[in-house]
Amino acid sequence: MSILKVTRTAAAILVVASASVYAQAPAAYRAPRTDGGHPDLNGIWQVLSEANFDLEAHVARPAMQTRPGPYGPVPAKDVLALGAVGAVPPGMGVVECLRREDCPQGGTIPYLPAALKKRNENRDKWITSDPEIKCFLPGVPRATYEPYPFQIFENANSVFIAYEYAGAVRNIYMKDPGPAPVDSWMGQSVGHWEGDTLVVDVTGMNEDSWLDRSGNFHSDKLHVVERYTRTSPDVIMYEATLTDPDTYSRPWKISMPLYRRQEKGVQLMDFKCAEFVEELMYGKWRKKPLDP
Amino acid sequence: MRIQIFTFGAALAIAGGLLGQTAGNSGGYKVPRMADGHPDLQGTYDLATITPVERPGGQAATISKEEALKRETAAAKLRAAEDKDVAGNRSAPPKGGDGSQGAAGNVGGYNGGWLDPGSTLTVVDGQARTSLVVDPANGHVPPYNASAQKRMAGLRNRPTSDATESNDPGLERAPGSYDDPERRPLGERCLLGFGSTAGPPALPDYFYNNLHQIVQTKDSVMILTEMVHDVRVVRMNSQHLPPTIRKWLGDSTGHWEGDTLVVDTTNFNDQTRFRGATENMHVVERFTRTGPHELLYKFTVEDPATWDRPWSGEYTWPETQSHIYEYACHEANYALADILSGARMREKEEAAAKAGK
Repeated sequence: MSILKVTRTAAAILVVASASVYAQAPAAYRAPRTDGGHPDLNGIWQVLSEANFDLEAHVARPAMQTRPGPYGPVPAKDVLALGAVGAVPPGMGVVECLRREDCPQGGTIPYLPAALKKRNENRDKWITSDPEIKCFLPGVPRATYEPYPFQIFENANSVFIAYEYAGAVRNIYMKDPGPAPVDSWMGQSVGHWEGDTLVVDVTGMNEDSWLDRSGNFHSDKLHVVERYTRTSPDVIMYEATLTDPDTYSRPWKISMPLYRRQEKGVQLMDFKCAEFVEELMYGKWRKKPLDP
Repeated sequence: MRIQIFTFGAALAIAGGLLGQTAGNSGGYKVPRMADGHPDLQGTYDLATITPVERPGGQAATISKEEALKRETAAAKLRAAEDKDVAGNRSAPPKGGDGSQGAAGNVGGYNGGWLDPGSTLTVVDGQARTSLVVDPANGHVPPYNASAQKRMAGLRNRPTSDATESNDPGLERAPGSYDDPERRPLGERCLLGFGSTAGPPALPDYFYNNLHQIVQTKDSVMILTEMVHDVRVVRMNSQHLPPTIRKWLGDSTGHWEGDTLVVDTTNFNDQTRFRGATENMHVVERFTRTGPHELLYKFTVEDPATWDRPWSGEYTWPETQSHIYEYACHEANYALADILSGARMREKEEAAAKAGK
């Protein structure tokens, strides 16, 4: 047997082994339970993806906001100084392609024509339009995949999620309190268990939050159904289906793993970014402006 | 719509307060417990009360039931009157305000329908209290010591976490305090709720939005403050963070002493400055379930650089069925830009008037 053959055989065994582990482990995994008998989602979790840059599959771009250069787009003036730090890293996207005919180009958001136009305008005006720049509350599902940790508090009767970014919070009502009294940034979340999956129905969101740094957006008709399923000790599979007849031609879905932050002593820390955008938002009203 | 929500919340809060008072006195109360055996402190609580932090001059620590009822009825009557619809065609308030209580002489920042400061006295051990402070026995926060006075002389007008929103003295009386956003109260900047509502110590703000929610898990206790949706995560049986890590609400660790949750908080940042204290302030809080619809909340504050002795307070947290609605403050904070730009405008006008003379 040649070395090449040995290597090939070993590789084949490895592939089979890892494929079977991947295929079987989630089905066989039984999550630890809270006192209520449901899977224990307690912990500090975070995504590891480019979703917050752009939900759709995309190659790297020079910046969140660009302008035409002599040979193609270059960073817009306002973000130029950030250099490579201001670039959009590439990502395979998190938009699920439910049927091949729905998305021949891979996972894209099924915008209505006027909405797609608005999305592109949003992208062109990113620096003045993305609510994340002003530290505004992120809405759902963006809160989940912003690049910051969040903590789930769960016991027999309650589920509560606290996000590090902007100190956003969601109380997940496990008893439906009825329609949301009025729209809000984070909406009203009502949860129930379907087997070992926590299903959260989110309504009552205003139209002001965005979905990512690429101008993807929604209207105040947005209805999000989230599914949280523990698939291993340190992973929750997260899905969110978005329905919004004013913006999309059909419901669409994103999915991504949430990873447990495992550092010793990890905890949610203060990220009250409202303080950090005061110069941006109010600096010109100082008695002595820093940039006269 | 929003006013209706507030009014509804206020009505429930009043009902919750009365319920709490009677429930606290019933004998043979069996504390509900979590699966780990510790008391279940969970719920949503309305901290609003008309009992002030410090005792008004000349009063005893407690008052009779009759006197309490008299004061509560008067407060409820005032609330009901203020909750009435206002005339849509009413005229603008006089320039500079009408001189009544309220922001800048009550020029119309809020009318009473928006407010929810409570109408009940806090009742502890079956007795209506005239102050939250119980130690010193005179019901007053100890005087600032020499080191605090020296420090504050250099920081005049610098806002603290307990500053109220309506304490707006005007450009003439507080020179410099309208120069920069950093000079405005933390509540106005949407960095913390006003009146030390998040704490610690968590105090009634005597204005509105006094709700707090507690969720307990095996290794942490989450305390949500309605205002500015501030979350404090109490890590159970844990060490404090290194002194380099400072937090707006401090770093809270917890442990059980019998059926009482004891929360120890240090590591404040140098902006919170509760009542002018330093970042080395140390707060110990004690949460005890005393009835099916109430907790007893006790706190001790110490900061040798501010007070020569620790001081303590206590009050009842009545449960409410109200839901906590999103307090998105920063997202619509047009006021901060208006306050600063208004000051710039006035300076411009004054300069023009001077030049014209």
